[in-house]
Amino acid sequence: MAYAAGVDVGSTQTKAVVINEDRNIVARALTDTGANVMRAAVSAFEEALRAGGIREEEVEYVVGTGYGRYKVTFGNTQVTEISCHGRGAVQMFPATRTVVDMGGQDTKAISVSPDGEILDFCMNDKCAAGTGRFLGAASSALDIPLEELGPTALRGQRPVKISTTCTVFAETEILSWLGKGKKIEDILLGVHKSIARRSAGLLRRVGIHDEVTFTGGVARNVAMIETLNEQLGLRVNVSEESHFMGALGAALFGLDHILASRVPAGERWEQ
Amino acid sequence: MSSSGFAETIVGRGNREGADLFREWFEELGRAAAEERGAAYVFVMGSLAELLRTFDFPIVFPEINSLQTAVRRVAHEYLDEAEDYGYSPDICGYVKADVAVQLRRGDHPMGRVPRPAIAVNTNACNTYIKWAEIWERMYGTPTFTLDVPGTREAGGQTWPGDPSFENDRKYVAAQLLELIELCEKVSGVEFDIDRLRENMRYANRMSLGWQRVLELNRSRPAAFNALTDGTIYLGVANALRGTEQGARYFDELAEEMEYKASAGLGTLSEELYRLIFVGVPCYPLFRRFNEMFTEPGGTFVNSTYLWFASGGSNLGFQYDLEHPLDSLAEGLLVSVRDAMDSMFFQTRILSDMVSDYEADGVVYHPIKSCRTVSTGLADSRRDLMESRDVATLFIESDMMDRRVVSEAQLKNRVDAFFEGLASRRQRAAIG
Repeated sequence: MAYAAGVDVGSTQTKAVVINEDRNIVARALTDTGANVMRAAVSAFEEALRAGGIREEEVEYVVGTGYGRYKVTFGNTQVTEISCHGRGAVQMFPATRTVVDMGGQDTKAISVSPDGEILDFCMNDKCAAGTGRFLGAASSALDIPLEELGPTALRGQRPVKISTTCTVFAETEILSWLGKGKKIEDILLGVHKSIARRSAGLLRRVGIHDEVTFTGGVARNVAMIETLNEQLGLRVNVSEESHFMGALGAALFGLDHILASRVPAGERWEQ
Repeated sequence: MSSSGFAETIVGRGNREGADLFREWFEELGRAAAEERGAAYVFVMGSLAELLRTFDFPIVFPEINSLQTAVRRVAHEYLDEAEDYGYSPDICGYVKADVAVQLRRGDHPMGRVPRPAIAVNTNACNTYIKWAEIWERMYGTPTFTLDVPGTREAGGQTWPGDPSFENDRKYVAAQLLELIELCEKVSGVEFDIDRLRENMRYANRMSLGWQRVLELNRSRPAAFNALTDGTIYLGVANALRGTEQGARYFDELAEEMEYKASAGLGTLSEELYRLIFVGVPCYPLFRRFNEMFTEPGGTFVNSTYLWFASGGSNLGFQYDLEHPLDSLAEGLLVSVRDAMDSMFFQTRILSDMVSDYEADGVVYHPIKSCRTVSTGLADSRRDLMESRDVATLFIESDMMDRRVVSEAQLKNRVDAFFEGLASRRQRAAIG
């Protein structure tokens, strides 16, 4: 049994996934990216191998993805996270035709074909408003751990309006709402709604078709899922593996390579 | 001369001589500045250089001066200076760099720019009008704004012979008479219609040559890169419009491209993808931006920039030398409206370009500090995608301001675009 691996070096966290020939995830690992991008890639990959009890030589092909993909120096090739999230989402939810990936510093809307190929995409530009970093700013301003933001926001009844388009100024705006006596849950619900509005705008630019799959680290946030559903008027697909979708897509590209290399050249041409 | 010697001489000649001519033109501006001769300040969309040369005005293109600061990687110094003076970061980068050039008494990385004796602009861009007012206030420069009527046909265009076009032509021609009077007053030179005819004859020759050059890039591999090489040619098309030198340059450029096309000489050793560029280049990262596309085997075979910013003439447009003023008005009308209110008519042109140049993809590049050229690009892209099955990429940066250009973000999008192009090709091969 051969294995393929994908290492997704994101702006905040680095994810590694190992899959088998049946396209099943057999190991995964997550680490903070930090300042040493190369070390983060190695560390996530090695941790995944340990978790799966897999020897490095059993992994025939490694694909790097994410902003730090060129730092996955032990990898065989690089593929953008845009292609990888599309591929991973269709693997998990085959009816996916639109993907929203919300990461630490960017949000992507991706339109995909039935086989996971990218038809169109767009992203937030030069500003982290409407991304995970925006939630990070809220977490810091309100002194609430990231993982509690979603459940707290869902208790909100009267969401405030967050109007800023700047992540840095968002903290100031949040503090001003606190000063006006607004409840923390209402402020947080407002923050989530603001991000959902921006993300929905990106999705509409590429066109919302059939099933929408939500990927990336922010997909673990329950309030983000709810506000996005409300904004889009549908229920987005969310997998337990959402956070690892880019790494999964990268591993799938790696597996393609392994399988293609086994077909004799003559047969490849006939195909 | 041996055939290999000929090849060595002709290949790349356009780039070498273009750069030389451009430098000489700037040196001439430097001499005018040293002699304290005032210049005609004009804009690339509807420059009227053919007419203004008859009054012996040195011609200054502030937009070109500004983009040169970006290409030479010093734009930030000029932008900072204008912002320190009070201009907002959101104001057009071209305006701000020029304001700093004026604050520095014409000091520019290529030499010294003469002060404006007259400013001539059209309403193709609202910023042109405000920009000219800045010189008016700084120097008391007489400014002349040509009011070019927009299309009023509700989804259609008018052409010579249509009653409303003929009315518009008369309206513009009447304004040209007023401009001539002002030019005579400012320059002290009497208008000579035969000099205008002569300049228009050169402009006609240049226009045909430019059209031929662009057509020759239909060859595979493409003979030149429309983004990088094309911008050099465009500089000459603007700076030397209406001159014998400019006309000859494009004759020779067509000859070079004919040679390259027939010899199968391409701008890339392995051309994998043929692309069309829509918008204004990213001058702060000019070479690097292009490399993001050439490294995976893409080359720009054509660009809308090469005709909407080429001095104010629709490609191949020929002046009627029997009726120079009426014809000048006609040329101004058909070219300026392309930049003004005809964005949906671009779809047909782009669609034809995709077919004629066998393009694999279209790259839309809106820029932060120019609403005039960027506003309609999202619609234009949607319109094209509805009518053609062609890959498109929409990436935003700026033509001047490095602070709003993120190389990593651009590269990520470009890489994903090429992954999509590769998938498309694979799908097409499988059938």
